[in-house]
Amino acid sequence: MDPECSQLLPALCAVLADPRQPMVDDTCLEKLLDWFKTITEAGSSLLLLQENPCLVELLCHVLKPQDLSSRVLSFSLRLTGVFAAQEDCFQYLQQGELLPRLFGEAGPLGGAAWTAPTVRSGWIQGLRSLAQHPSALHFLADCGAVDTIFSLQGDSSLFVASAAGQLLVHILSLSMRGPAEGPPSLQADDWPPCAQKIVGHIEESLRSTATPQITQALNVLTTTFSHCHDPWTQVLWVQLHPLVAALLQKDPVPAAHSLVDLLLSVARSPGLSSSSCGLWETLAQTLSHLSPTQAGLLALGILKLQDCPQALRAQAFAVLLQPLACVLQATAQGPGPSGLLDSTAADSVTADMLLPSKAACVGLLCQTLAHLELLLPLPQRPCPWPQAPLLGAAVTLLQLCRGSGSPASDAGRQLCALLLGCVRVQRAALDFLGTLSQETGPPELVTQVFAVLLEYLRSPDSSPTVLKKAFQATFRWLLSSPRTPGCSDLDSHTLLFLRELLPVLQKRLCSPCWEVRDSGLEFLTQMTRRWGGQAGFRHALLASEVPRLTEQLLRDPESYVRASAVTAMGQLSSQGLCVPPAGPEHPGSQQKSLLGELLHILSTDSEGFPRRAVMQVFTQWLRDSHADVVGDTEQFVAGVLQVAGQDLDWEVRAQGLELALVFLEQMLGPPRSHCPYAVTPPVAAPAGPLTQALQSLCRVRLFEFAFRALFDCDRPVAQKSCDLLLLLRAKTASSSSLQEPRSSPDVASVEAALQRWRAGDQAQPLGDLEPEVVLAVLRSMDLEGLRGALAESSDHVEKSPQSLLQDMLATVGILGENEADCY
Amino acid sequence: MLDCGLDMTSTLNFLPLPLVQSPRLSNLPGWSLKDGSAFLDKELKECSGHVFVDSVPEFCLPETELIDLSTVDVILISNYHCMMALPYITEHTGFTGTVYATEPTVQIGRLLMEELVNFIERVPKAQSASLWKNKDIQRLLPSPLKDAVEVSTWRRCYTMQEVNSALSKIQLVGYSQKIELFGAVQVTPLSSGYALGSSNWIIQSHYEKVSYVSGSSLLTTHPQPMDQASLKNSDVLILTGLTQIPTANPDGMVGEFCSNLALTVRNGGNVLVPCYPSGVIYDLLECLYQYIDSAGLSNIPFYFISPVANSSLEFSQIFAEWLCHNKQTKVYLPEPPFPHAELIQTNKLKHYPSLHGDFSSDFRQPCVVFTGHPSLRFGDVVHFMELWGKSSLNTVIFTEPDFSYLEALAPYQPLAMKCIYCPIDTRLNFIQVSKLLKEVQPLHVVCPEQYTQPPPAQSHRMDLMIDCQPPAMSYRRAEVLALPFKRRYEKIEIMPELADALVPMEIKPGISLATVSAVLHTKDNKHVLQPPPRPAQPSGGKKRKRASEDIPDCKVLKPLLSGSIPVEQFVQTLEKHGFSDIKVEDTAKGHIVLLQEAETLIQIEEDSTHIICDNDEMLRVRLRDLVLKFLQKF
Repeated sequence: MDPECSQLLPALCAVLADPRQPMVDDTCLEKLLDWFKTITEAGSSLLLLQENPCLVELLCHVLKPQDLSSRVLSFSLRLTGVFAAQEDCFQYLQQGELLPRLFGEAGPLGGAAWTAPTVRSGWIQGLRSLAQHPSALHFLADCGAVDTIFSLQGDSSLFVASAAGQLLVHILSLSMRGPAEGPPSLQADDWPPCAQKIVGHIEESLRSTATPQITQALNVLTTTFSHCHDPWTQVLWVQLHPLVAALLQKDPVPAAHSLVDLLLSVARSPGLSSSSCGLWETLAQTLSHLSPTQAGLLALGILKLQDCPQALRAQAFAVLLQPLACVLQATAQGPGPSGLLDSTAADSVTADMLLPSKAACVGLLCQTLAHLELLLPLPQRPCPWPQAPLLGAAVTLLQLCRGSGSPASDAGRQLCALLLGCVRVQRAALDFLGTLSQETGPPELVTQVFAVLLEYLRSPDSSPTVLKKAFQATFRWLLSSPRTPGCSDLDSHTLLFLRELLPVLQKRLCSPCWEVRDSGLEFLTQMTRRWGGQAGFRHALLASEVPRLTEQLLRDPESYVRASAVTAMGQLSSQGLCVPPAGPEHPGSQQKSLLGELLHILSTDSEGFPRRAVMQVFTQWLRDSHADVVGDTEQFVAGVLQVAGQDLDWEVRAQGLELALVFLEQMLGPPRSHCPYAVTPPVAAPAGPLTQALQSLCRVRLFEFAFRALFDCDRPVAQKSCDLLLLLRAKTASSSSLQEPRSSPDVASVEAALQRWRAGDQAQPLGDLEPEVVLAVLRSMDLEGLRGALAESSDHVEKSPQSLLQDMLATVGILGENEADCY
Repeated sequence: MLDCGLDMTSTLNFLPLPLVQSPRLSNLPGWSLKDGSAFLDKELKECSGHVFVDSVPEFCLPETELIDLSTVDVILISNYHCMMALPYITEHTGFTGTVYATEPTVQIGRLLMEELVNFIERVPKAQSASLWKNKDIQRLLPSPLKDAVEVSTWRRCYTMQEVNSALSKIQLVGYSQKIELFGAVQVTPLSSGYALGSSNWIIQSHYEKVSYVSGSSLLTTHPQPMDQASLKNSDVLILTGLTQIPTANPDGMVGEFCSNLALTVRNGGNVLVPCYPSGVIYDLLECLYQYIDSAGLSNIPFYFISPVANSSLEFSQIFAEWLCHNKQTKVYLPEPPFPHAELIQTNKLKHYPSLHGDFSSDFRQPCVVFTGHPSLRFGDVVHFMELWGKSSLNTVIFTEPDFSYLEALAPYQPLAMKCIYCPIDTRLNFIQVSKLLKEVQPLHVVCPEQYTQPPPAQSHRMDLMIDCQPPAMSYRRAEVLALPFKRRYEKIEIMPELADALVPMEIKPGISLATVSAVLHTKDNKHVLQPPPRPAQPSGGKKRKRASEDIPDCKVLKPLLSGSIPVEQFVQTLEKHGFSDIKVEDTAKGHIVLLQEAETLIQIEEDSTHIICDNDEMLRVRLRDLVLKFLQKF
């Protein structure tokens, strides 16, 4: 600890011990604790206490009967734990009887302060820090802490209860780590008394009839198997396994969720050899005993396991598929297998779960769809994957939600009535359908997929979120649609679909709901980016009104829509798909280039999103050498940088630097590889082209833009500018022809102006710069230093411990600065 | 009589009435029978495979065969759409009763009738077809003419004079106002939330309550919200006037309407919206008010053409008390409740009585035209269909659900213009009905048969039917249904002086009884107990005789008995009085006390006691007196 802090510490401890001066901000206490943790991790706690006796005084002081705030008490308990984590310091505190007084019956445990959850939490966390060595175990046993922890597992505060469970696991693990003489016996009977006590408590809880107790025991075990992978865990499982299995005999299975967590954590534990512990049998039993909703999670967990018997995987997959099989069976037009599972598997249990209430039905279906969606991209997903029936199920669900299916059975009709208009299922099914596009399917089913997607896109009743998901799913299916051999264009079926889709898109672009217009534009951008160069798509798009409507949406009242329209138009224009908005029926829109329109948005739009979008489009255009840009690139860059430099939105300015970087690279070549092993011979850049390039950069006023950005009050902008200037300096370092003495009058005036800019006065422009002057200025600047300073977080000065102590004292007026105000 | 709507779908069988001579319509070929006989070719014309009657359109009247409408005392009107047949009933059936309706219902109903009369009268058509109505001939016609029902009762439109006369028979009522009908029942209109002044009716006596729910809406549109609370505790709820398009959600349809409108106008096309001059149009204009700026349609003119356009727009603004809360509060600001006032001020919405006159000079394209009639058979809409039908740039958007849009379009085929069907029907759908019934909990629901089963085309849609417990009682056309309740009680008033004279006797704690001798006076279904007249003084022969005829004799009344006879004590008493050999038998209804010696039997039941003895009157009286000791008299 540095001397300044040592000096401040006594005053701070006095403040903390003074009940008349409450600490209002407990984040300070957290920071203080973090600081002490850092100090004790780096050095001796004992020394710290000896050098700063005020700390022990504080700990003693909190024990006096007084009206101390629960926060300070909790802090003191936690602090004590931090100190006592080191065995010598633990002994030191033990000598003073401080530990039993803080953590034993005589301490807060028996007092009124115990009613505050924060004190109970502090007590647990203090013990958690303290329990690091065998002496601590003895202490815990002696002061009867373990029994208190047992009771805290059922605490009314969830945080306290959860921390108590974790502490038990920690103590168990610590006691099993055993004394120095060697690893503990693998016979449970020989385990240390503390461990035996905890295990005994768990056993007792598992035998209990009260669900909360069973839950607590299962949670402790779950944490144990997740965190401890030593051989003794296997002994523990073998011992407890019958009790866990016995839970399955109860109806309903108690604490099912926690049971699933436990079994999965055991299955994942590398310390256990699953086959020898009857785990697979228990998992199989559990799958068949739990309700479909509870079993779904377990099934997913099992299918994610790396090594697992095939039969169990098949059973788990069947559980996962059950609800969808039930849907397919209920809507099947005739008897016969639905293809997903044989008809007996889609048993009445699932049907019973699905049909009685809307909430249960929707919940189960959404969960199933989400689980299958997670499973699909995994390498260990079941094989063969029932792609076709799953596609069928997703399509059927979507049809049921729209009321467009025609179920023949009563169950199907009932299902239809439950799902009709259900947005949650629609969203989940569309997501799932989109994910299924990674695989192909039978042509007739793919046709149905496109038909149902079109139905959703067309339907006036599709909610904006459903519509967005329908657009996303459509794009994914279009991506996966087969190509005509030897040609990268869309196949004829897809083109036919596209012709039906575009009128729908047209209508959606005119929707009164801005979210719909926005999703429509995003979809258009995606499609254009992907197929903009292909004849079939181009033909269909140009034959529609979509490009013209998109152009009109540049003037949409909603800024998000304008931003999306800007991106879409940028994309359309890059692909040459823009239609000139001319014609007698459009008197409002004169012949105006898109570039002009976008520049207008950049300089006048009141919202940030469209302006950011414009900058992104411009950067992309510059990168792609867009026709409107190549004509006069310098003028384009100069114009854009001028407008972007004055923008109030830092993201626009940062994007301006991105554009400047693209221009710079086009002028000077790409940056050298950052690979430290790459050999980059110091090839001197040819002076002629370099000079010309720099002149070009000067003409577009790139330097003025970058220098302004360097002193930008928003750090990301300044950082980006710094990187850009460093790159420029590196590019020009080898150029000898442009060396210029530093003391040129121009250089001095520029440096003076930059000094003023740095001070905040950016009114004065730099004027026309010569490349030599710029390079001289660049060389004279400490850009590396600046980059280092910018890399520090903005509060690095204020974050020092000294500052923390001062702040805490200042809030209670100890530093005396505010005393004069008291007149 | 509950409502008297007019079935206007009959007009779909007729050719449209063009405002301006239409060469296309007048040159349609006549229709001839399969055997080639062409005697109907003057009456029936063929257009794109459909056959139409070339005559003044006729309407299908309410059922008149079932009851004699002259015997109807009262007609209750739910909303302005449900009174369009009123002139036919009040003017041609001998009806002498009263019609009850709210003020906006009458005023807007008048506008609808006026528009209808105007549309038909301003294009007089000499020809009136009747040959095709002959049953033998009708059988030979193609559908849908062949299947049209009751064509012989179809009538031409009424006149303005008949409208005025019919409306003069209406008595205005306000929401929650209680109206006594002949003392028999009380009727009360309640807001139904569907249209300005639209009502549900409560018909109740002192002990029975029937609710008539017709054309109600739970959506937040311009009218006052539906009053559900007052419908509670109904014995019977008669439910009708649900949405005609249960699968179309009005919100989605409004979105669809706006999107298609914008799409058409942005492409330089015109939009035609066939509509009624009141109702959904107010909501559409309000949506457009919010939408047009955002859609960049500020420069597009909106035209509302109807002989009653001006009145409709202005009426809507003055019925503040009938509007939803938001609109009511605007009135106090003061601001016009509907934003169409601002659209008119800023010249974005212009209205004209007809397309003749000012409209033709102001007309600018592309534009949006709201005009009637939604059947497309008469009104200015016919002209616009003829004018714009040839271009695929234009769009006709159907928002009124009353007519099948395909049938409405049939005489305009082939048609190049785009047709969009966005029916906006804000009336209750089945989900809302089920919520309403859960909330209101009537003992019985009575509704048309169609509501109790899914639509034939969507038999799997179990959600498209009324689902309630006990199952709804359904009725079909011309079916007579007995409502499931009996009138068991009547309320009788008692005159104060008679009440004063009563001496109640408490027979159980909290229950007192008194005997009343009075005259029950019944008039106008009101029952009053009046004090009996004092016996008239004997004065003269004839007069006395008359008095005795008029006033019932007041005999001396025997006292009434109450209480029960405790058998054991009764037996003891009998023994005290010298009876012996008494035997008691329990029966299902009470006890039998046998006096074996006296050969007498006393049957004691809950509400009767019989002494059966063999012609021994003395014994009977003795026994009777012993029985009476245990009972209270009053």
